[in-house]
Amino acid sequence: MLKIDCPWCGPRAEVEFCCGGESHIQRPEPFDKVTDAEWASYLFYRQNPKGLHFERWVHKHGCRQWFNVARDTVTHEIKSVYLMADPKPDVQKLTPTGKQKETNK
Amino acid sequence: MVKFSKKYSALSLAVEALRGHVGWKPAWRNAEPKRQYDMVLIGGGGHGLATAYYLAKVHGYKNIAVLEKGWIGGGNSGRNTTIVRSNYFFPESTAFYDFSLKLYEGLSRELNYNVMFSQRGMMMLAHDRHGVEMLRRSANAMLLNGADAEFLSPHEVRARVPGLNPSPRFPIMAGLNQPRGGSARHDAVVWGYARAADALGVDIIQGCEVTGFGIENGQVNAVETSRGRIETGKVGVAVAGHSSMIAQMAGFNLPIISYALQAYVSEPLKPCLDTVLLSPATGVYVSQSDKGGLVIGSSLDLYPSYAQRGNLPTMEASAAGIVELFPQFSRVKFLRQWAGIVDVMHDSTPVVGKTPVKGLYFNCGWGTGGFKAIPGGGYCFAHTMANDEPHPLVAPFSLKRFETGRLIDEAAGAGIAH
Repeated sequence: MLKIDCPWCGPRAEVEFCCGGESHIQRPEPFDKVTDAEWASYLFYRQNPKGLHFERWVHKHGCRQWFNVARDTVTHEIKSVYLMADPKPDVQKLTPTGKQKETNK
Repeated sequence: MVKFSKKYSALSLAVEALRGHVGWKPAWRNAEPKRQYDMVLIGGGGHGLATAYYLAKVHGYKNIAVLEKGWIGGGNSGRNTTIVRSNYFFPESTAFYDFSLKLYEGLSRELNYNVMFSQRGMMMLAHDRHGVEMLRRSANAMLLNGADAEFLSPHEVRARVPGLNPSPRFPIMAGLNQPRGGSARHDAVVWGYARAADALGVDIIQGCEVTGFGIENGQVNAVETSRGRIETGKVGVAVAGHSSMIAQMAGFNLPIISYALQAYVSEPLKPCLDTVLLSPATGVYVSQSDKGGLVIGSSLDLYPSYAQRGNLPTMEASAAGIVELFPQFSRVKFLRQWAGIVDVMHDSTPVVGKTPVKGLYFNCGWGTGGFKAIPGGGYCFAHTMANDEPHPLVAPFSLKRFETGRLIDEAAGAGIAH
């Protein structure tokens, strides 16, 4: 079970939350010149990575706020929790699965 | 003796029994990769092996390889609940899944391998008025589309399934039975197709991971693997939850999200449940295997995952659902638990067909229900690859539908869980 650190309520159990899928998806522009392929990509096509995934979660049974989570889809380890308007955190600082960054010696 | 080992029969079994079973041969060769093949299939699960078999049998291709990263049947083919049914809503879906069900009905004879297909019925339950209306609508749709369906009153449901909870919290108000539905032995389906394909000359290469593609002018010309480069003009991909990974090697995305789907087997019990029972409202389905274990499936773990483990809250919900339906199972222990990584499409309908890369074909998006589609998916995918044109049954299942908007939304239509 995941323990998710809600930015407003603190650490809570996974069952209180709901995952809203990939985050940082931008609606294509200009709106009157979007092709069918671009629109399909925006609506349906997803990165679906095996590893680090930037995704939206909502604290459904809590404060009902949305926020972003950087999570590994293999280990389920949560690397970072950040606000909806924040940019993606630096991927280099978030260690991918199997390549643990050296700790301070 | 070799002759008897090739074809399984009561006679070969009797002869081998008298000889002390020392004459059985391996059912397929563990082939080494050649430098070049006419066609390469990625993924040695049910769909990949069935496709290879039908390419060899129906279309006459002999120079085919099936590449499997692990061992055949070690992915979702070995991680499912073995249910076979065709209770869908839209005509396109029922036409395809009923075709697959018909192939299952003749599969043991076709492959000369007992896949233990048991048409014990597949019953869906309704627990409220809206559920009853949904089941009536489903029954009518199935009958109109040419599948078999029986709408059952609560009394009829209880007569068919004697062990059901007499006073459940969610009352049983109706049932929808598909008598031709049932289950099959998942390993036998994989092994049967592997043996039959191998006998027709297909190379089954295990422990061979695909690492990339050779693509020139938008046309695939080779597959890079952990065991060297293999030249080929046509590649078929049937890798379920890892479809997005393979697509990205070829330079495009898919409208797929991968989730973990859990299932469980209990300790063996005396025969007590002779049908497949599905209760969407309590989020579980259950059948009893020939070994006596209760095979229990749950709904998806609802966040993207490639971990073949599954999570405890979903397990708890399944256990609660089972105990709600059958209070007497509350003391039964789970023996095993597993999760398969399923490839879920936005409209819960698969993709079988061409991709942006010429010569590269995908068979994916079966979500939580790929097992029932193995014979039909393999047959239609083989046709699609051989003719460079989708089989009519899978023509609606093209990637183009996401651009045209012609979705086949079975999540809404049939109320299926994925």
